[in-house]
Amino acid sequence: MMGLSHDAVVAIAKSFGLFYLIAMSVGICVYAFWPRNRARFTHAKHAILEDEDGPLTGEEPR
Amino acid sequence: MIAKFTVAERQWSLVLLVLTALAGLAMAALGAGDAMGVHGFIVLIVSLGLIFVVGGGLFAPEPTEDRRRAYYDDPIKLGLVLAMVWAVIGMGVGDWVAWMLAYPEARFDAAWSSFGRVRPVHTTGVIFGFGGNALIATSMHVMQRTSRARMAGQVSPWFVIIGYNLFVVMAVSGYLMGVTQSKEYAEAEWYADIWLVIVWVTYFVLYIRTLARRNEPHIYVANWYYLAFILVVAVLHIINNLAMPASLTAAKSYSLFSGVQDAMTQWWYGHNAVAFFLTAGFLGMLYYYLPKRANRPIYSYRLSILSFWGITFFYIWVGSHHLHYTALPHWVQTLGMTFSVMLLVPSWASAGNALMTLNGAWHKVRDDATLRFMFVAAVFYGLSTFEGSFLAIRPVNSLSHYTDWTVAHVHAGAMGWVALITFGAIYAAVPMIWRRETMYSWKLVEWHFWLALAGTMIYVFAMWNSGIVQGLMWRTYNEAGTLQYSFVDTLVAMHPYYIARAIGGLLFLTGAVVGSYNIWMTIREVGHEAKARDVPTDSEAGEPAVPVAE
Repeated sequence: MMGLSHDAVVAIAKSFGLFYLIAMSVGICVYAFWPRNRARFTHAKHAILEDEDGPLTGEEPR
Repeated sequence: MIAKFTVAERQWSLVLLVLTALAGLAMAALGAGDAMGVHGFIVLIVSLGLIFVVGGGLFAPEPTEDRRRAYYDDPIKLGLVLAMVWAVIGMGVGDWVAWMLAYPEARFDAAWSSFGRVRPVHTTGVIFGFGGNALIATSMHVMQRTSRARMAGQVSPWFVIIGYNLFVVMAVSGYLMGVTQSKEYAEAEWYADIWLVIVWVTYFVLYIRTLARRNEPHIYVANWYYLAFILVVAVLHIINNLAMPASLTAAKSYSLFSGVQDAMTQWWYGHNAVAFFLTAGFLGMLYYYLPKRANRPIYSYRLSILSFWGITFFYIWVGSHHLHYTALPHWVQTLGMTFSVMLLVPSWASAGNALMTLNGAWHKVRDDATLRFMFVAAVFYGLSTFEGSFLAIRPVNSLSHYTDWTVAHVHAGAMGWVALITFGAIYAAVPMIWRRETMYSWKLVEWHFWLALAGTMIYVFAMWNSGIVQGLMWRTYNEAGTLQYSFVDTLVAMHPYYIARAIGGLLFLTGAVVGSYNIWMTIREVGHEAKARDVPTDSEAGEPAVPVAE
């Protein structure tokens, strides 16, 4: 810990840290905008409006 | 409570309670003469009381309820009631402290009633007592509903809620006895901290196991926020509280950190307590109860995902903005400042998402005080996150730091955002959990709303004025190049604002008392019959004699 100087932290931040941050941002955007996820998200945001009737048991009428 | 346990669960609860009773007895015996001994007696009395409750129902008939078909809401009821009890205690003590600052005679000259002991009772009472119970209770509501599954445990939810409140009682009673490890929002000593870790891990496991049995393909975003809250608070709590007890039979301990490392660890903890306790958890509430109450899906689900990752990633870095112009290396301060400014983007994305959800339903906001609580909370969330980013900028901080401006900022967040979203969520949840058509009195909800809003505005404006006056007086020089004002001059200038602050706090407290009465009457109300449901819920309640479908 003691050897972690300003220069070392800056070097890590500018190399690994930079690409880690970019990769994470890209990953999140890809997940959020992936076309196949749209249906999941739309279902999820509507499903919470009707959820007080108890757990689903798999025996519900379709 | 006990009637819904199987015999095996009753026995298991008894074993747990006997173990905690023994731990309490050991603490009381070994810690005699120290605050730890008093805490031992508290643990012992609570455990013995619960042993009688569980023991009394040990041989009652087994429950007939079909657990596959019913949510488990009884622990939520306890959590919501305790949240309101702590709200009255925490805000009551807070307002007393506010009057004490305006009129020092209100100090009453006892050791326990000194500012340094009573102030953490206020902060712990409102943050952990009120906020924490509300978060745990609503998370148990949200995790079941969004998963369309019952909570994964019958005993563990009770253990989490009762155990958590035992921690808060130990913390608060300890402060009055002079126990503190001098870390803001983490004053409780080592044994209370260890107990909280046990409770918290149980809570985390309960949440994950409930999500694992979900009947929905996707985990709704509110759960992400609640989980970030649980997971990160665990990490923060464990690391910031690393300490060596001076003795295993007394409360005193010494932190593993010292000097500026201690300060940095503390404010990494402190600001992330704001981030993950007071923001992430309450955003979980916002993302569930606001769309639900407005009966409109969240405006943009994608935006909620983007802002979730933005908030969790950026917040972790900003703690060092509490240490501008200190021994902390300059570049660490700059790092905290930069991330604080960037944080505005995901924060406003969340606030904007909430407001856009309401766009097109403003008549509901006008007519329904419960929804209005949540709407105003989202506005205050936007305002106080803007103010926070602004105050984190080093030159701005040179004016604001150590002044009442900080107090104004904290209370804009704590009252305007956290407390208002919580009241909104509680007013939305109580009729659902207790199966009532509505709250006992919608007029009292209106009263509470306007009292809370007026109280917040008076409080925040008083402290803005006080803080900026104070900061400017501190940096005013006369022609000779010396300071124009003495410290006492600043106190005289601030006095009227302190009175205004105490009045604002009193209004806010009055609102909480009105709300508690309304909630209590909703629970007790016999006029409102339980809402009939066309699916089996509990074995005793909520079922029509003949199923509707037939």
